[in-house]
Amino acid sequence: MQVEWWYGLLGGGLIGLSATLLLAGNGRIAGISGMVNGAITFTAAEVWRWLFLIGLLGGGLLYEYGLAPQPTPTYGFAPLTMIVAGFLVGFGTRMGNGCTSGHGVCGLGRLSGRSLVAVVSFMVAGFVTVFITRHLLA
Amino acid sequence: MKTQQHIVALIAGLIFGLGLGYSQMIDPERVIGFLDLVGDWDPTLAFVMGGAVLVTVVTFRWILKRPHPLFNGKFYLPTRQDVDQPLILGAVLFGIGWGIGGYCPGPAITSLVLGHWNPVLFVVAMIAGSLTSRWLTARQSRPTPAAPEPRG
Repeated sequence: MQVEWWYGLLGGGLIGLSATLLLAGNGRIAGISGMVNGAITFTAAEVWRWLFLIGLLGGGLLYEYGLAPQPTPTYGFAPLTMIVAGFLVGFGTRMGNGCTSGHGVCGLGRLSGRSLVAVVSFMVAGFVTVFITRHLLA
Repeated sequence: MKTQQHIVALIAGLIFGLGLGYSQMIDPERVIGFLDLVGDWDPTLAFVMGGAVLVTVVTFRWILKRPHPLFNGKFYLPTRQDVDQPLILGAVLFGIGWGIGGYCPGPAITSLVLGHWNPVLFVVAMIAGSLTSRWLTARQSRPTPAAPEPRG
């Protein structure tokens, strides 16, 4: 199941290319949490966000069922784990105005100080959380 | 211009999804493997983030020198520069959820195509969390009346 690091670099490059295309073409930031938050207002001005999200699913389909060197593994995490994790991610990204793509890929690309603070905050929180769940509680 | 914008959004989404697939960020154990510094550390996420930022830091600089984007009248960029408590608290809560589930919003949505219930539950809860946060913010920012209105 080991996927080599250059797939990470290739994938990252594609994500950077996507963000570049959206900014150059539409003047928009490719932040996925913002994309979802805009989309669920269900207004005509936000149709492009739905198209981006449909594209995201299309890219996933094309990868998984056409291009993937091996199938992506899935896990039977407890339903409550998924619900708690999802809720925190949704709540936190709305409150902090962004996620890994908006603050990370795009914010750092714009050299935004606010985004750098957000990235350091969620990275440290992630490191501490995994230390607790995988080592202290395991 | 609307049609071009829609085509750009669709293609950008498609490329983003491919990127998340190739980088295997749609595998939550790879993300948790990166966040697990004292375990069997998986550096993949650093290459993904590094690769993406390496591209945007160069292209954004160049794009933002232009007067406007190709198919839109202006750039829609975040204008805030201040670091406030909601930014940090929000990012920390997000980081905790990210560490627990191994998904951030992009990979969670893309993973819906894997036909497994994990991402489905995550995405539904994520939307609920986002709406709850919006509701709380709206409630806080509502001006409180000076005197309680008589009821009945």
